[in-house]
Amino acid sequence: MSTPGPALTQPGTARAERGPGPVRVRLSVNGTEHTLDIEPRVSLLDALRERLDLTGAKRGCDQGTCGACTVWVDGRRVLACLTLAMSCEGHEITTVEGLSQDGEPHPMQQAFVEQDAFQCGYCTPGQIMSAVALIAEGHAGDDAEIKEWMSGNICRCAAYPHIRAAIRAVRDQT
Amino acid sequence: MRPITYLRATDTATAVAAVSTDPTSDFLAGGTTEVDLLRQDVLNPRRLVDINDLPLAGIEGTPEGGLRIGALARMSEVAAAPVVRERFPLIAQALELGASAQLRNMASMGGNLLQRVRCSYFRDAESPCNKRDPGTGCSAIEGFSRGHAVLGTSEHCIATHPSDVAVALVALDARVHTLGPNGERTHAIDDFFLLPGDSPHREHPLEHGELITAIEVPAAPVARHSLYLKVRDRESYEFALVSVAAALSVMDGTIAEVRVALGGVATKPWRARRAEDFLVGATVRRDDFAMAARVELADARPTPMNAFKVELAQRAIIRALDMLSDGTGTGPAPRPGIGSPS
Ligand SMILES: Cc1cc2nc3c(=O)[nH]c(=O)nc-3n(C[C@H](O)[C@H](O)[C@H](O)COP(=O)(O)OP(=O)(O)OC[C@H]3O[C@@H](n4cnc5c(N)ncnc54)[C@H](O)[C@@H]3O)c2cc1C
Ligand code: SF4
Ligand code: FES
Ligand code: FES
Repeated sequence: MSTPGPALTQPGTARAERGPGPVRVRLSVNGTEHTLDIEPRVSLLDALRERLDLTGAKRGCDQGTCGACTVWVDGRRVLACLTLAMSCEGHEITTVEGLSQDGEPHPMQQAFVEQDAFQCGYCTPGQIMSAVALIAEGHAGDDAEIKEWMSGNICRCAAYPHIRAAIRAVRDQT
Repeated sequence: MRPITYLRATDTATAVAAVSTDPTSDFLAGGTTEVDLLRQDVLNPRRLVDINDLPLAGIEGTPEGGLRIGALARMSEVAAAPVVRERFPLIAQALELGASAQLRNMASMGGNLLQRVRCSYFRDAESPCNKRDPGTGCSAIEGFSRGHAVLGTSEHCIATHPSDVAVALVALDARVHTLGPNGERTHAIDDFFLLPGDSPHREHPLEHGELITAIEVPAAPVARHSLYLKVRDRESYEFALVSVAAALSVMDGTIAEVRVALGGVATKPWRARRAEDFLVGATVRRDDFAMAARVELADARPTPMNAFKVELAQRAIIRALDMLSDGTGTGPAPRPGIGSPS
């Protein structure tokens, strides 16, 4: 393991080539700054799960086809498996662990429980991150629109009708 | 996945210099193709030059009625832009019918044009494939070719070009602006995508390190009445089996102007010029649509597995023109822009 020089993290040196060994990276996740030493090839998903113990985002396919790894970068839903962790320096990352406030689950999390919107639960954190974003985007108008704009989140247990019920419930609360 | 180094570029000149002077460097935009294929060992750059901080994300209507889209504008942003939805519904529809909401938030317009084929032999990093490993042969021709192309193929490669929005852009005679080691260039979009011929590994006329800076769409009033029709195995989050970008303007019962381009069936986004030539001056009749579609597909060279596409493409062309002529195919209703969750 090569030692990253402290100069690598100084402002103004962002143009320097970094890697291929571990380099010091600063990530802001759920409002907390983290410093970690990772290789540039490490995905945001692996950095979150393996290094920061934030295992909410799941690895389903690791190639952009399932949505289980959905998180927000600067408030926009994206796939953590196709994002390099290093490219998120200077951006705010939000994971499902960051949704609850004051120990209370987010209304969408509550609605997923109430509507029985999961079976095995593997896709659920990604569904919830997508669902909250969906409503903020204004794409939860009717069921057809919800289906289309949630299509990036596959549920192997096919809990779709209940997921849509949870989304409708939260949409109609606001 | 091999180790890589990472460089974040803060100005275009540095980005171009970094990549053009190093054959083992690639640009990194949204990463939805680049990171995916790096991980599959299909691409193996030594270094990624992150271009996401470059000031190339604008989306502007031009005073003449056209559009200028920065290479780093995201698919979701372009699709949501009111000027795009109003002037070029087919662009907004092609974007929103592609990939997923998450991918569209990541994927840039420049990267979209340069995305790589979805041929499973290309992607498995092992099978003989002329595109990935020139001279090794094409596994698809005798193999699994259901999704492959029927137009523009060669004996060396039959992979379908996967982009949706490129089909709309080809119908609109867009131009691709670049900055390379030798300065700025402008490519007509039809010349920007190369047929596989005997060198399927060459997909674009770009030099290594030539950066796409913007996509320009010239004014086209006909495009206000346009659509993108996408036919696929599942209703969403899937590449096209066949797609049609079309725009139509009718005067006194005859076709004054028409644009047709096809996706999912050809090795490049396919401008259906033969169909267009047949249709201009023709009447707005299903028989004429059918004849135009037949003319366009006359040279199709299907495999036993994808022969269905020849018929499907013709039906899709007819459907698209039908929808435009009976008024069911106008642009999408404007929707509120993309907010951010809180
Ligand atoms: C699961 C999945 C489903 C998809 N479905 C669809 C679909 O239905 N329809 C569709 O059209 N697309 C689809 N896509 C493809 C997606 O749209 C592309 O991967 C995306 O547009 C690429 O853009 P990017 O910014 O992520 O590019 P990157 O991955 O960052 O880059 C792609 C390539 O272009 C180069 N590059 C990037 N920007 C520039 C530039 N400005 N100048 C020069 N070179 C550049 C990079 O070096 C790289 O080689 C899908 C992708 C996935 C993973
Ligand atoms: S169709 Fe093209 S990409 Fe697919 S195996 Fe043949 S040469 Fe490779
Ligand atoms: S793990 Fe990221 S989309 Fe499947
Ligand atoms: S609940 Fe099992 S995959 Fe969705």
